Amino acid sequence: MTRTIFEKGLDGRSGKYIQENDCPVDEALLPIQRISSLGLPRIGEQGVIRHYMELASKNYHIDKGIYPLGSCTMKYNPVVNEEIARDNAFCGIHPAQNEADVQGALELIFNLQEDLCEICGMDSFSLQPAAGAHGELTGMMIARDYFRDRGEDRKIVIVPDSAHGTNPSSVSICGFKPITIKSDDRGMISPSDLKEEVNSETAVIMLTLPNTLGLFERNIGEIIEIAHDAGALVYMDGANMNALLGIVQPGKIGFDIMHLNLHKTFSTPHGGGGPGSGPVGVRKHLSDFLPVPRVVKNGDKFAFSWESEKSIGKVHSYFGNFNVFVKAYAYICRLGSEGLRDVSRNAIINANYLMKLVGKFYDVEYPGPCMHEFVASSVNLKKYGVSTLDVAKRLLDYGVHAPTVYFPLIVKEALMIEPVETEKKETLDRFVEIMKKISEEAASNPDLLHEAPISTPVRRLDEASAARNPDFRWREME
Amino acid sequence: MSYIQNTNQDRKKMLETIGVSSLDELLTPVPSELRVKGKLNLPGPMSEAEVVGRFERLAAGNYPASSMKSFLGGGIYDHVIPATVRYVLSRSEFYTSYTPYQAEVSQGTLQAIYEYQSMICGLTSMEVANASLYDGATAMAESILMACSIKRKDKVLVPEAIAKRIKAVLRAYTVGKKIKIEYIPFTEAGTLDIKKLKEALDSETAAVILAQPNYFGIIEEAENISEIVHESGALLISYVDPVSLAVLTPPGEYDSDIVVGEGQSLGLPQSFGGPLLGFIATKKEYIRKSPGRLVSGTVDVDGNRGYVMTLQTREQHIRREKATSNICTNEGLCVLAAAVYMATLGEDGFREVAVQSAAKARTLYNMISDLSGSTFLFGDNFFQEFVLKPSVPADEFLNEARKEGVLAGIPLGGDFPQLGPSAVLVAVTEKRSREDLQLYSDIVSRIGGGK
Repeated sequence: MTRTIFEKGLDGRSGKYIQENDCPVDEALLPIQRISSLGLPRIGEQGVIRHYMELASKNYHIDKGIYPLGSCTMKYNPVVNEEIARDNAFCGIHPAQNEADVQGALELIFNLQEDLCEICGMDSFSLQPAAGAHGELTGMMIARDYFRDRGEDRKIVIVPDSAHGTNPSSVSICGFKPITIKSDDRGMISPSDLKEEVNSETAVIMLTLPNTLGLFERNIGEIIEIAHDAGALVYMDGANMNALLGIVQPGKIGFDIMHLNLHKTFSTPHGGGGPGSGPVGVRKHLSDFLPVPRVVKNGDKFAFSWESEKSIGKVHSYFGNFNVFVKAYAYICRLGSEGLRDVSRNAIINANYLMKLVGKFYDVEYPGPCMHEFVASSVNLKKYGVSTLDVAKRLLDYGVHAPTVYFPLIVKEALMIEPVETEKKETLDRFVEIMKKISEEAASNPDLLHEAPISTPVRRLDEASAARNPDFRWREME
Repeated sequence: MSYIQNTNQDRKKMLETIGVSSLDELLTPVPSELRVKGKLNLPGPMSEAEVVGRFERLAAGNYPASSMKSFLGGGIYDHVIPATVRYVLSRSEFYTSYTPYQAEVSQGTLQAIYEYQSMICGLTSMEVANASLYDGATAMAESILMACSIKRKDKVLVPEAIAKRIKAVLRAYTVGKKIKIEYIPFTEAGTLDIKKLKEALDSETAAVILAQPNYFGIIEEAENISEIVHESGALLISYVDPVSLAVLTPPGEYDSDIVVGEGQSLGLPQSFGGPLLGFIATKKEYIRKSPGRLVSGTVDVDGNRGYVMTLQTREQHIRREKATSNICTNEGLCVLAAAVYMATLGEDGFREVAVQSAAKARTLYNMISDLSGSTFLFGDNFFQEFVLKPSVPADEFLNEARKEGVLAGIPLGGDFPQLGPSAVLVAVTEKRSREDLQLYSDIVSRIGGGK
């Protein structure tokens, strides 16, 4: 157990970080109103470093080992990108500086916009959204304003039952009403089912491609046609774009709007929950609705363009998570067209390999071939009284991170596994060994799984009591 | 080059195991007419050295404010950042981890968030703070959605004196839900027009936003405004600068219902405006309506203390379209930066940042006041920012100052034409020295003086 930073010291020690005040002003002349304490710790610099190193030692992370969270694309984060992005020439610029002083930054944004257009077959991209869900929201705002502009009152967005929860949530914030469409027995959307749902009320069909089962919607061409025939737009949630680089350009096959997750597909780190970046791309008929400002090129100079009467407005205080763009652009430059194509091809091989081997010990309801991920299930271990949660927790004891569990909702006891392209065969083989061992333990000694994890910094935590009686802040007298 | 470790030999063996003869067989679910033909038109591939070279060239096209004498603010400030912040953030245990879904192996991230929540509660004097939103503007937008949901009303009053770019965010977030935003003008003193506020407040009003200090740097009469707002039955949302809270009355003490703000000044680099850190704090009674992730302390099966994400039934992965917000990935690493920043400076160091910023802003204001012919738009009741009105148009003044390595402020004429073409928002932090202030004052005297 690690004491909180507050318990490590609230009085004494304080370092010198800012210069001596060479402009002293009588405090009576300053707006000083506050009497109460701020409640900040005082533990000195070494105290701070030791505290955070102690916390660091309790985290699992990609540099430690495989992180097979489905739909999260936990790939290696190239260290050179981190080094580049730390340059003061990128970190130290203020968003209100003159365009002439930030030409390098504007060029970088412009180039990244262009490259994402090329990768996705879209006509324009905005880098403003700060995360994937933020990109979805922006995409739905664009759809909302597009139909307002056309004077069409379309309220319905069709979302498959396998979708991420962020999809219906983003939809409803924009004033649309999400309608769920069931996946068929192959885990895909059936065009005939869709036809029955789509009508003149339908604004958008929102799809993840490949879907959250790791399957490429075989009838995607027909699905898009049905939507367009009804005057609706088709949105692609690009969370799974790691399967499609250099294989499919969504804009070229008819998607109208999509978002990417730079912190998934383009290797920028997740930071324990952000900052991410969720750029939104659209085809020509929707370009005017993108957030402002856009970065444009005039001759050999780069500039912001605020001109767009139809724009939805803005979704970020400034231009988005610029520091994340730096890393993503470095990644694209390093890999190039061939490299990006190899990313997806290897991600697909790794996923199919793992599906084949994990499938020997666990159920796989939707057999392959899969794309970059697949969904297994521990339903076959139910007979021993073992759940997916038990399997996940036991994995932690073996020193590997668990897959995404209990998602997608349409698979019972789901284990959603995405190995990513940067893991090598040897690592995958070891993961399979562990999964096999756990399935054996389930049969021979299920309590081992019920009690797992036993070797982690803490054991299973009481989430129910936290929800009933939450403790959100440390207080001195507790 | 794609950071792939498998060899051709590995791939061959893997394809054999899968039971296919080639990768193309695995791609059969993708109809061939939908596939990319040929290569994408992209830069690269490049060696690591070439990538570094390319970025060195891009870097050379930037003149970072942090290396100049910067008086730019308006939400993003040039504060000193202790080395501990960058050091901790460069540890891959933190930056290469995911959202803490498996709590047992994410205690580092979870405890860091819990401590950050506690620090934000301390600064704001509120009961609960969350694990971050994207930035100040979206935090304000989320607070509006939250207040409207609590009150089941759809009118919100917002000060006219906020940046146009923030108004554009509020527009994008609220038109779908048909929320009506009414802007309350500012007085000649640059403060919220209380008379107009009273006129606009009615039984349909869900909430009022108070910016403290406001966009012009001026300190509002928070207690008074809070009373007026609460009398009408609306909620008070305070939009605050976290550094100012070391010296100004914390929003919890004037009964704010929701507190939001931009946390960049808590140890984050300016970074061309992103990533930033939106914070939100509220009263316990409203927590189930609040957006975003929350971390709670709890115990494990052995009774040891630990931390988990909690109240997830508010969130999108459980509630789907009925969630309080769609937020998933937020600004985790920026939370860590803010926590390390506050912990490193400690109670006294943090207060010193606020006091010095205020003292230096006051010193510059006084220096300029002493010059004959200089003008300010609104009095001297400011924290660390004020509005200067040089005698020449803002662009001319700023360009002249730039020649001497001084970023003299943000022109306000675009957002607020009523202030005239020369108004400039000037921010002063503890990082500026007396010498910098003297240089600024000399520039005003030379080119911006005279009424």
